[in-house]
Amino acid sequence: MKKTLILTTALTGFAFAAGAEEITVMSWGGAYAKSQIEGYHKPFTEKTGVKVISVDADNPATPIKAQVEAGNVTVDVVDVEYPDAVRLCDEGLLEEIDPSILPPGADGTPAEEDFLDGAISDCLVTTIVFSTLYGYDSTKFEGEAPSTIADLFDMEKFPGKRGMRKAPKTTLEMALMADGVAPEDVYEVLETDEGVDRAFAKLDTIKDNVVWWEAGAQPPQLLADGEVVMTTAYNGRLFNAAVGEGQPFVMVYDGQVMDYDGYAIPKGAPNLERALEFLVFATETEQLAEQAKWISYGPARKSSAPFVGLYQDGKTEMGPHMPTSPENLEGALTTDYEFWVDYNTELSERFNAWLAQ
Amino acid sequence: MSDASTVPDQTGPLKTADGKPLKSALAAAQAHRTRRAFYLVAPLLFFVLITFLLPIGQMLTMSVNNSSFYSWLDRDTGEKIPLMVELREWFDETPAGTEPDEAAYAALVSGLVHARDVKAAGQIGTRINYDVSRTRSLFTKTARKAPKMEPPYKEALLDADEDWANPRLWGAMRNASKAFTIDFYLSALDRTRDDQGNIVKIDEERAVYLLLFKRTLIMSALITFMTLLLGFPIAHLLAILPLRHSNLLMIFVLLPFWTSLLVRTTSWIVLLQSQGVVNDLWVSLGIISDEGRLQMIYNQTGTIIAMTHILLPFMVLPLYSVMRPIDPSYVRAARSLGATSWTAFRRIYLPQTIPGIGAGGLLVFILSVGYYITPALVGGSTGQLISNLIAFHMQNSLNWSLAAALASLLLFCVLLLYWLYDRLVGIDNLKLG
Repeated sequence: MKKTLILTTALTGFAFAAGAEEITVMSWGGAYAKSQIEGYHKPFTEKTGVKVISVDADNPATPIKAQVEAGNVTVDVVDVEYPDAVRLCDEGLLEEIDPSILPPGADGTPAEEDFLDGAISDCLVTTIVFSTLYGYDSTKFEGEAPSTIADLFDMEKFPGKRGMRKAPKTTLEMALMADGVAPEDVYEVLETDEGVDRAFAKLDTIKDNVVWWEAGAQPPQLLADGEVVMTTAYNGRLFNAAVGEGQPFVMVYDGQVMDYDGYAIPKGAPNLERALEFLVFATETEQLAEQAKWISYGPARKSSAPFVGLYQDGKTEMGPHMPTSPENLEGALTTDYEFWVDYNTELSERFNAWLAQ
Repeated sequence: MSDASTVPDQTGPLKTADGKPLKSALAAAQAHRTRRAFYLVAPLLFFVLITFLLPIGQMLTMSVNNSSFYSWLDRDTGEKIPLMVELREWFDETPAGTEPDEAAYAALVSGLVHARDVKAAGQIGTRINYDVSRTRSLFTKTARKAPKMEPPYKEALLDADEDWANPRLWGAMRNASKAFTIDFYLSALDRTRDDQGNIVKIDEERAVYLLLFKRTLIMSALITFMTLLLGFPIAHLLAILPLRHSNLLMIFVLLPFWTSLLVRTTSWIVLLQSQGVVNDLWVSLGIISDEGRLQMIYNQTGTIIAMTHILLPFMVLPLYSVMRPIDPSYVRAARSLGATSWTAFRRIYLPQTIPGIGAGGLLVFILSVGYYITPALVGGSTGQLISNLIAFHMQNSLNWSLAAALASLLLFCVLLLYWLYDRLVGIDNLKLG
């Protein structure tokens, strides 16, 4: 702690000496970091005069863990996925954030109600919702096109190869929903042995026709190559291929599985005050909506939806492409992190065994 | 020195010109030479020690020792804080399988309160969760309630969650509190412990590691055989062609060797996928119908084809280096003495290439046993090797102890095969080029 204090003092001193304050924000790079620079960093500098330095990492949770453990923290705010934030928080590597510092939404709703369920955790304030959903190549289906999660598993009605993520998370949930389990009951069913059997039985029906993917860039490629006729994917990737590159891909939001990602502050951040200020600013209604103009990930506040405008191409309305827009939320499921923290070992074992056999 | 030794002292032992006994002078010179040789290899030795032996030692330790249940590192002070002290004492005093009494529950509660204070409940829960599902949140949730609990603690804990009475959970905690455990090796061999602590087979539907070990060894043997089958004629051709031509041919062997592994693997995806070059060609030639396109990638076939191609140079190069110096007159002599070309090959040529076959085979086999990227990209579900699961536990489940146990088992397998090879063929009989 002492070391951190000295470091903090030294860095603050340095910042004053340099005549301008600055904070460092670590994120994932690429189009996603760009959306944050446009949506949060630039407006924050404009408002406060504090310069925001953006640094990238493959998964910011890993370097943050290393920095805090080594007692040499250079990052003030970090963008992490929800389960990583829970884990790092449990290990005491993140500052706890008091939700009362978050302002109410633009329509006056208190912050804790304005944010989606569970979006504010002990150490993390969620900024975006991304989802795993399935999409298909519209040129492959004349006549009736897939429209429900059950269609993903219906080999008779829609023959052809499927792409699926090689992991039990989201795959098992989708299998159960396709088998007729309502989204709100999915985790209750999956907690029982019969429920797990049921999910694997459903997966058995398509096992021979599945191409498994691991990296997020793979599924749009599989679709574009014609290797599969439909595939699960992260919604931002499919949006990018469909709208950004003009591929004939259609996304099906029924049975989508949503995950959270947001901002946290590492223990011993050099500019804690400014970091909190930035975090509060970035998670305001308008700012969340501003980011959503740059990438098709949904803002974590319900009050942001009316503020979401056009994509950067100036003609695509972003609203309908958000996983959180009301018409897409029907039949959607939000990942239960507590469930996966507990069951990941067991279900991964079973999933790996099932795959190998 | 040779001059000195030709002028021997008449009476005593042999001496050098300056009067030292020859034996010690020789020893000193030898020692000097050995030292110099040692200084030369010292950097390499140091490098090997740091980058190879140390990590392997660490891996072996990690596979039998996981201290996350009973030790916590305080980040502010760098101190190691013992956890669950009283409960560990209770485990030490009672034999395995003892029904937990009030004292045990009290020890558990005080351990949980302490763990909550130092924020170690998540770490403890993660450790137990490796063995018993659904326990990570059990620990974190109960730790939150623990400070308010009052005796009798057994009742208080069971009130919080009745899973605390689960004998498997207590067995797992007992195992996790030991400094050394073979439990990760048990998991790596599809074994587990029942409520009484006996070693039993894991449920059929969760057993995967033995199957994958077997598959890895069989596929590696098959790939080695394929590279030999393809590499032998190439190496032979390279060896008998005049140098001018064989150099050109050699470039063709080496060119893919110099290309990035990732590029070669993804090229195979382009070639073999069902809308790929090979399938398109066959469809256009009418060999297969458009609906009957073959699935040659994202399965075992894909893994074998891609890995055979990628590992081929490792077979060709040692073979070539052994075949090049073989005198063609031996085979000619055999033929002139009446041997058929097959007999001449089998009894004269082939035995001389054995060192190359052994070296190439061992290289390809050991490389393919630990291969990771290619099966990950083209293996789909049935073409996965054990290395893919090791990577899974390193990166995804973060169960490094299990990853270490699996990796150690793989290492033992390879060492065993190496020993077998030494016994059967002889390691002196190996020529790497």
